[in-house]
Amino acid sequence: MSSGEKYLAAAYGVIFVVLLLWVVIIAAKLTRLEREVGELAERARERRDGD
Amino acid sequence: MSTSSRNSRVPALAALAAALVGLSLALVFFVAPEDADQGISQKIFYFHVPIALTAYACFGWGALKALLYLWRKDERYDLESYVGIHLGTVFGTLTLLTGSIWAKASWGVWWTWSSNQLVLFLVLFLFYCAYFMLRFSVEEGPRRASLSAVYALFGVVLVPVSFFAIRLASDFIHPTVFNREGPQMSGTMFATFCVAWGAITVLAYVLYRVELAGKLLDQHLRELREALA
Repeated sequence: MSSGEKYLAAAYGVIFVVLLLWVVIIAAKLTRLEREVGELAERARERRDGD
Repeated sequence: MSTSSRNSRVPALAALAAALVGLSLALVFFVAPEDADQGISQKIFYFHVPIALTAYACFGWGALKALLYLWRKDERYDLESYVGIHLGTVFGTLTLLTGSIWAKASWGVWWTWSSNQLVLFLVLFLFYCAYFMLRFSVEEGPRRASLSAVYALFGVVLVPVSFFAIRLASDFIHPTVFNREGPQMSGTMFATFCVAWGAITVLAYVLYRVELAGKLLDQHLRELREALA
């Protein structure tokens, strides 16, 4: 592999890694939101059963 | 158009972005000719430049939404401005990283302070990085939204300065590919560049909508939590 090819692979690799990192962050956020929605649904059910 | 109808188009747009990115990569590696001067490392250009242009567009979008917030005082514009600027810094990071790799391949150095465009882009990037420091140092509410909006509007002045710096200051280090005579490249190279630019633009829009949907959902959940408390 020539040095030009290595730099080219590095540049495209960086783009891929940053975008992948973005997906990981969004996935983590989605997991948190899912958990919070579950907690709120549970609270709403408790309130309904209490009434 | 409502938020839900806009969000319903996101999967289709994400598929379009994936197809365009795939097409761009095929054009870059199998169709576009190798540059006579720089060799294969010139192929960094096809993604580096569209990413830089998208970063400028995101900062501009963030400033436009900031202006709308100051005008109408609708919280949604504050959120849209924040997401635009956040994506601008993500694309700005990619611009600096890919540019630095390209600089090493072409000029033998990772960075040079003698190029006005490089330095001005770094100033613009750091200015918007400081936006987050300002935003998160102020308590949530209308004051934070107004301060963030004013800051975002100040920063957008740097966008045309950074963009035109290369032409105004006769920068001989950073290449000028687009000038008054048109694009300084072959038709195949230009077509590849246009497809890559389209791909990055659609991708940026998808990322914007996904991040904004997450932020809005977060906001609605907070309101719901308060209502159920």
